[in-house]
Amino acid sequence: MSLRTESERELTYAEAVFEATRSEMRRDPNVFVMGQGVDDPRGMFGTTLGLHQEFGAERNFDVPLAEDAMTGIGIGAALLGMRPIQVHQRMDFVLLCMNQLVNMAAKMSYMFSGAHRVPLVVRAIIGRSWGQGAQHSQAFHSYFMHVPGLRVVAPTTPHDAKGCLTTAIRDDNPVLMIEHRMLHGVRGVVPEESYEVPYGRARVLSKGDDVTLVGISHMALECVRAKHLLSDVGIEAEVIDPVSLSPLDVDTIAASVERTGRLVVVDTGWLSCGASAEILARVFEHLDGRRAFVGRRMGYLPTPCPTTKVLENLYYPTARSIAETAYGLVRGKGAAEWQPPHADSLEVAEFRGPF
Amino acid sequence: MEVPRNSGTAERLYRSMYLIRRVEEEIIRLYPSDKIKSPVHLSIGQEAVSAAVCDHLERSDYVFGTYRGHALYLAKGGDLPRMMAELYGKAHGAARGKAGSMHLVDVDVGMMGTSAIVATGISNAVGAALALKMRRSTAIVVCFFGEGAVDEGSFHESINFASLKRLPIVFVCENNFYAIYSHVKDRLAGPGLVERARSYGVTAERIEDGDALACHAAVGSAIEAVRRGEGPRFLECMTYRWRDHVGPGEDRQYHYRPEAELDLKIRNDNLAALGRLLPSDLKQLIEAEEEARIAAAIDWAEKGEFPAASEIRNHVFAD
Repeated sequence: MSLRTESERELTYAEAVFEATRSEMRRDPNVFVMGQGVDDPRGMFGTTLGLHQEFGAERNFDVPLAEDAMTGIGIGAALLGMRPIQVHQRMDFVLLCMNQLVNMAAKMSYMFSGAHRVPLVVRAIIGRSWGQGAQHSQAFHSYFMHVPGLRVVAPTTPHDAKGCLTTAIRDDNPVLMIEHRMLHGVRGVVPEESYEVPYGRARVLSKGDDVTLVGISHMALECVRAKHLLSDVGIEAEVIDPVSLSPLDVDTIAASVERTGRLVVVDTGWLSCGASAEILARVFEHLDGRRAFVGRRMGYLPTPCPTTKVLENLYYPTARSIAETAYGLVRGKGAAEWQPPHADSLEVAEFRGPF
Repeated sequence: MEVPRNSGTAERLYRSMYLIRRVEEEIIRLYPSDKIKSPVHLSIGQEAVSAAVCDHLERSDYVFGTYRGHALYLAKGGDLPRMMAELYGKAHGAARGKAGSMHLVDVDVGMMGTSAIVATGISNAVGAALALKMRRSTAIVVCFFGEGAVDEGSFHESINFASLKRLPIVFVCENNFYAIYSHVKDRLAGPGLVERARSYGVTAERIEDGDALACHAAVGSAIEAVRRGEGPRFLECMTYRWRDHVGPGEDRQYHYRPEAELDLKIRNDNLAALGRLLPSDLKQLIEAEEEARIAAAIDWAEKGEFPAASEIRNHVFAD
């Protein structure tokens, strides 16, 4: 997503996640990885591939199909100063971890007034495409944004994937890192050295004065594509990737809306009580009437995810539907109809299954 | 019951159990004053299990417990004044007034805390044991829970993993027959708790109620096996709760358990039986010393300040 100079190196998102994990495991012997299939020949889409060969079976291990206890076991190890990274190849499975994450991990520091800390990272991968259907495609980041004591990050670029994971591993608090499956193959510039991407700092992916597009996770890419469509009709969109959802950088988003007066929040999730509702409400409170603005939320249709491609295509926001929505906000009622051209999402179009 | 050869054990257990009993009787006495504005789940009648197990533990060993956790906290050596201050909601309580009775913690003595959601602490205890094994530590973990926790899937997931990895952990199931007012026979299919644990390849034993020293001896051999690296052990410790599930009162008015059952347990009081084994002057000395500690702790709790309003935002995250 950024221009590359000769000296810069590109990695895929999955490679960036792998690199952050490996370098933190080299740096700190307390860091280890646990999860169903992390040491198998596929290595969690390459993100944990072969870590047990470098660090030993004790530090990258497969677990029983027991999400509840495995989460609790990670928490218990973290209480004694270990730094577990738990990986779920579909976020749908994280519902089975909910009790431990919400009632235990998020409470340990507060309930015991600082006697405990839980340096735990939970990586949750959102599935999409190739007919993942109702139980392999869900995105529950808003459930966790609701809970004090948890941090939630959803990096979009390979650069931010490496930096956010590094920050999360070094943090003494439980962190949920949302990875979208469609992002794993996306390439971008990633520095070789270790670095942290801080919480609560949104990234302005491109500037514009007419409308603010906030895209969460994979939807940030679709917003960038929508921006290109919009510029063909003379509309300049500002695209913001929140990167970190909890804490959320409202300042950056609100400052943009204060200029543009228009906000479209596009989530990889449902709208009701979702991250998009939260962002819209926070911007509204932040601007406090100083600047009137119009806002829209976009996300999954209010249905379970269908499997067949023709219906699945209707389920997700696209660059085209985002551009149409933004166009409507900018030009207002009575404007000439505009049908943006189809903009291919290569990572979606080129994805091949099965998983 | 025979007179113990090692009267030191009887003396230590009596001291520990007497402290637990009397602290909880003081809580009963104080509760109508509304100074303890938090649910309390009393261990009266169940003191022997925590006292017997913790007598075998080092300060560097770890315990995880439940909301019925006063006995464990005290038996593991948790700070008594800070416990009382916590019940009072005071700033110098064990968790600055943010935990109350249900979440007692004292990490300095390895009391890792208690959970108010049944069975949720079990996997955390297993995780602590995993950390000890990864670090080649000689310490062990003991995880306390009631028989109701064995109903939960989390117990089964946890003990399976502990056995799979041969972790240094003792599972102590305090079977007091009742999950609130629901009898274990109405919840448990199959041949029983011990058999369930054995099905995971874990050596398991049932310790009948009634004798703190017998419990102490049986627990001791299990803990030694865990220390030798033989993997986890499961102990089903039969016990009985005298008071209501929650609150300071009795619960005879609900008629969910036969009164004769309760009366028999009270008549066969473990604490009184143990006391009869001690020379009376020694017994009196122990009681006087513990009474003085309890009185001082209550006094300290009474006099302490409540937390400042700013405390409400502290520790949501670790710094």
